Amino acid sequence: MQGLKNFFATRWGIIFVGLVIGVLAPVLQKLGNPPNMGICVACMERDIAGALGLHRAGVVQYLRPEILGFVLGAFLSALLYREYKPRGGSAPFIRFILGIFAMIGALVFLGCPWRTLLRLAGGDGNAIFGLLGLIFGIFIGTRFLKAGYSLGRTQPASSKAAGLAFPFLMLGLLVLLLIDPRPEGGGRGLVLFYSAKGPGSMFAPVFISLFVGLVIGVLAQRSRFCTMGAFRDLLLFKQGHLFSGVLALLISAFVTNLILGQFNPSFEKQPIAHTMQLWNFLGMTLAGLAFTLAGGCPGRQLFLSGEGDADAAVFATGMIVGAGVAHNFGLASSPAGIGPNGAVATIIGLIVCIIIGLAMRRR
Amino acid sequence: MSEIVDARGLSCPEPVLLTLEAIKRLNKGEIDILVDTDTSKENVSRAAQSMGWQIIDISQEGTAYKVKIKKD
Repeated sequence: MQGLKNFFATRWGIIFVGLVIGVLAPVLQKLGNPPNMGICVACMERDIAGALGLHRAGVVQYLRPEILGFVLGAFLSALLYREYKPRGGSAPFIRFILGIFAMIGALVFLGCPWRTLLRLAGGDGNAIFGLLGLIFGIFIGTRFLKAGYSLGRTQPASSKAAGLAFPFLMLGLLVLLLIDPRPEGGGRGLVLFYSAKGPGSMFAPVFISLFVGLVIGVLAQRSRFCTMGAFRDLLLFKQGHLFSGVLALLISAFVTNLILGQFNPSFEKQPIAHTMQLWNFLGMTLAGLAFTLAGGCPGRQLFLSGEGDADAAVFATGMIVGAGVAHNFGLASSPAGIGPNGAVATIIGLIVCIIIGLAMRRR
Repeated sequence: MSEIVDARGLSCPEPVLLTLEAIKRLNKGEIDILVDTDTSKENVSRAAQSMGWQIIDISQEGTAYKVKIKKD
């Protein structure tokens, strides 16, 4: 067990995890998930927000089992390897706000860092601008970190049970998904909302999605896989450890897409994408900055939640609420372009994140 | 007497930032870094080694880890 534990902390360990995710995501797409969205943490949380009725955008409502699997897999892995440590209390409400704006930025671009890589690996040229924006946002975040930015110390929870809340919430949602499955053709189940058309109506079989989510949850918890951290550590310390995992993901997703016939290079008419490059760039600048200030990409926040980190759970919840806000108030983009209020929300988000970056200081 | 860096409870990448600050300040000697997650323990160890410092001991101190690093 110890040997395996050490393996995932090595360069080859993180490369292995990147390769596995890069293969599994396009395979999930082949099995039914939306195009270039085999896995997208932001999009899938947005679909969950829709399934729960937090927004009523009919095309993006599905309780994605992958997300539930991410948290539960990380939780089981943390228990197994004695890394389950309930903790919290490091500026939780600031993290909630960062989660909201991270989601708004991601939905202006239409993807989280994982999907940015998967869009690139599928031939979507617009993702280049998203990736550049992501790196720029992370770069701004590293300037704040260098200047002493900190959200303060987290505290160990008084009870071991405290860290169970988020994994059990995911377990509860999984039970709900199983007892309230999608009606034929979509629409309203007993309580859940299901898209009849659009990306929300495209999904791999439930148990395959859940299984892949669990596997990735375990692997990512072990390896500390983080797409934001990859660029942050390169920019901040010139350390390429996490980056080698991200590069492995990009290459293996590209090769898998080629094999599966899912590589279609162009800028125009890419699936669930738009060509307003300034907003592709700025949307991901906002998301990248918010992830950096919160200490992890959206996937990493889910894996940390599984370990009992309540602050990460607050950030993830902020993202789900942010999806509700984004779709209820016309901030989210569509293939036609950015939403009517997407531009102003992105600018407000950048201003808020910069204020947080300046205001929160160590000591 | 070792320099002590208390990075308990801090989010990524602050434990590494504090460790690198101490490494830069001291240039050589011994530093004890306190962290409370396995992730931070690994990150701090990796960063110290990349700067040419040796990990001489990692011990459990209550709920935290003490990573002792050294450079002659």
